[in-house]
Amino acid sequence: MRKLALSDEILLSVTHPERYIGNELNSVTKDRDSVRLRFAMCFPDVYEIGMSHLGIQILYSMFNDREDVWCERVYSPWTDLEMIMREKDIPLFALESQDPVKCFDFLGITIQYEMCYSNILQILDLSGIPIWSKDRKEDDPIVIGGGPCTYNSEPIADFFDIIYLGEGETDYDRLFDVYIDNKNNGGTRLSFLEKAAQIPGLYVPSFYEPVYNEDDTFKEMKILNDNAKSVITKNVCLDFDKAPYALKPVIPFIKITQDRVVLEVQRGCIRGCRFCQAGMIYRPVREKSLDVLKMHARAMIESTGHEEISLSSLSTSDYSRISELVKWLVEEYRTKYINISLPSLRIDNFFLDMMERVSDSKKGSLTFAPEAGSQRMRDVINKGITTEDIMSGSGLAFKAGWTKVKLYFMLGLPGETDEDVTAIPDLANDIAMNYFDTVPKEERKGKRVDVNTSTSFFIPKPFTPFQWAAMDTKEEFLRKAHLVKETMEKELNHKSLRYQYHESDLSELEGVFARGDRRLSKVIYDAYMSGCRFDSWSESFKYDIWCEAFEKNGIDRDFYTVRERGADEAFPWDFINVGVTKEFLRREYENSKKGIVTPNCREKCSGCGAMMFGTGVCTAERSSV
Amino acid sequence: MHGRKVICMKIRIRFKKHGPVRFIGHLDTMRFIQKLIRRAGIPAAYSEGFSPHQKLSFAQALGVGVESEGEYFDLELNDDLCEELSSGSIIERLNACSVEGIEIKDCVKLPDKAKNAMASVFAADYHVRIRKGHELSFDLKKAVDDFNNAKSAKVVKKTKKTSRDLELKDLVYELKTKEDALFMRLNASSANSVKPGLIMEYLCEKNGCGFDPLSLMITRLDIYDTEMKPLSASGIHF
Repeated sequence: MRKLALSDEILLSVTHPERYIGNELNSVTKDRDSVRLRFAMCFPDVYEIGMSHLGIQILYSMFNDREDVWCERVYSPWTDLEMIMREKDIPLFALESQDPVKCFDFLGITIQYEMCYSNILQILDLSGIPIWSKDRKEDDPIVIGGGPCTYNSEPIADFFDIIYLGEGETDYDRLFDVYIDNKNNGGTRLSFLEKAAQIPGLYVPSFYEPVYNEDDTFKEMKILNDNAKSVITKNVCLDFDKAPYALKPVIPFIKITQDRVVLEVQRGCIRGCRFCQAGMIYRPVREKSLDVLKMHARAMIESTGHEEISLSSLSTSDYSRISELVKWLVEEYRTKYINISLPSLRIDNFFLDMMERVSDSKKGSLTFAPEAGSQRMRDVINKGITTEDIMSGSGLAFKAGWTKVKLYFMLGLPGETDEDVTAIPDLANDIAMNYFDTVPKEERKGKRVDVNTSTSFFIPKPFTPFQWAAMDTKEEFLRKAHLVKETMEKELNHKSLRYQYHESDLSELEGVFARGDRRLSKVIYDAYMSGCRFDSWSESFKYDIWCEAFEKNGIDRDFYTVRERGADEAFPWDFINVGVTKEFLRREYENSKKGIVTPNCREKCSGCGAMMFGTGVCTAERSSV
Repeated sequence: MHGRKVICMKIRIRFKKHGPVRFIGHLDTMRFIQKLIRRAGIPAAYSEGFSPHQKLSFAQALGVGVESEGEYFDLELNDDLCEELSSGSIIERLNACSVEGIEIKDCVKLPDKAKNAMASVFAADYHVRIRKGHELSFDLKKAVDDFNNAKSAKVVKKTKKTSRDLELKDLVYELKTKEDALFMRLNASSANSVKPGLIMEYLCEKNGCGFDPLSLMITRLDIYDTEMKPLSASGIHF
């Protein structure tokens, strides 16, 4: 029986001891002495959040398929345990072996959102690994980062030895081979990093030094080591059907959000919404074939015992064989007591028919994400959904018996006017009206319609057409949210409408880090040292401390957020090549200002640059959609 | 939902829960067992209705941190599909799909009119050890003798909302020391159950000593019905 890192007394006095004991189904245990490389894979947030993440499951299973590698998991200890660990001097440990992270060869951290940056420092600190990469010694683990935030990792670059750009399924083997080889030959940390820097997609931040102009804008990356590449191209799975997948995912004892089999049907998105970073950085769209998906579904249902299966991708409606896949799932699993959960698909007759078949008579709420209230604004952001689509979709759903609708919008999109803002409650009102128009009173069975609207604040992200755009101030965000609220209260159907919006303090910080540079690392360090962590948890977010950290370092947040960038301004992330070119993004930004819509990848190639990878939709035969 | 009504066969499973999984709470253990049954391909019978669920019932919740040699659940099987099944094959299939620390120990077929596991519970045996570093400041053997010789032992049992007086002498069927540890046979019925912690708290207080729940290492040994037979004795191997 494994010995736990924490005593019974500690485990019985913290919330959710199950977070720290490991031993979950499908977790992998190996003999410490028989492996040549130990990898601690970390999601820097609390266990339940981290365990719901698909990417880690894929890499965990892929790494452990190698006999000479043992990959284990690490999550952020909640603040109650952190206090005890500090008091009793207990180092952070990995779940499987319960060994300290410090004795691993690698600490891999997935960076999914900006507001986990302070948690990354907590992980390093509690592990006893120097926070700044420059302070690490020969026997410290190599700290490597991956995930969406790495496309502009500059604010946290100084905390990492290596940043892995692109899809993890492609090049880790090579990195591991190089590491083992270097270790066997008595190579140093530096000699390993020099070799790693030559592997495609790998960025060693210490080999680069950012240079700034006098007006504080970014000038260029100075290369400090001959082995560093001047342009780093992201890694892409070229044959997506052959990409490894987590067929035996780890199943936690605690109930988590993703308590079901997740079938990834495709990666990337054909749509090209101009606010969406994922839609750009995961290009080109690559689908999995039906046969592979069937095989995955069967294997995962068998290995997990889950009672639900759901489909995952950025836009599952666009999976070209969605109807065949859903039909197959219904036929295969309906009599086996396995629930099929359909994500937000485009609402049409086919979808409603499938919904009828998979969910019997339980009718939850239907979700639409128009993102903007007015058609003008939806053209600006290239959201290919029209008012007619929403009206006909909701009309069909109401006729079929649905009475709950959820609507998602963004406030603060570039060029947004007050008319665009008030169009949001107007649209919600029209949808409620649509219910009363399509469902005659005698068929309503006393039921009312519920239209729930929520707005988030738009944050411009790198590698999107809006990377040049100014973000609204937090005061402006709140003014707009209040305008939505007031307008909604005056709508004819206001009794059927509900509205909620997010806090703006967090959005402001996210905006700073999203398009930030290396000068921000000191702010993150100071904020962490003054007690910031779990910033994405409203109960622990300390905005004041963050403000103090900015002030102390003489950094103006507005420089990163509310400033419109010049057309020829260099960005700290320009040296990263995601396929999609800066020229294309600029063209898209200009198109957005004119309200010109760009067709999706299946209709027409718009020359974004992702063709360079020679795979997926870029090389597929185009059909007219 | 699937045509004709199926006749069900009811089985009772005894399992052991030890090691790190002792920190898994009751609801999570139940979810684990539900998924385990599916992975093992045991043909569970399902309820009717819009969200069918396995016809599964657990004898009694086990506290977080407590180990057990004798946990029980009842499961109804879909008779149409269980011709080749035997006690042995069910145990084997479940264990092949389980995790370290949750071990299936026994499987019996219950008579048709058997009460379900939860309703059958009357008493339970516990083995209670004192954790290192939490040594008692009084003589445990003497405290136990005093308890056994006393005519009455009243405590107040407090829950979140209520508190009521209990006569421990009616609810403790056996209390004895076993080397440094205690053996307890306690009422475990849904109406009158008492937990080992409450007994220990009583002994501590009687001997002028504070009680720390973290000082106990508890193992449940078995669960009994009103005839004081282990729950697994209600059925037969098949």
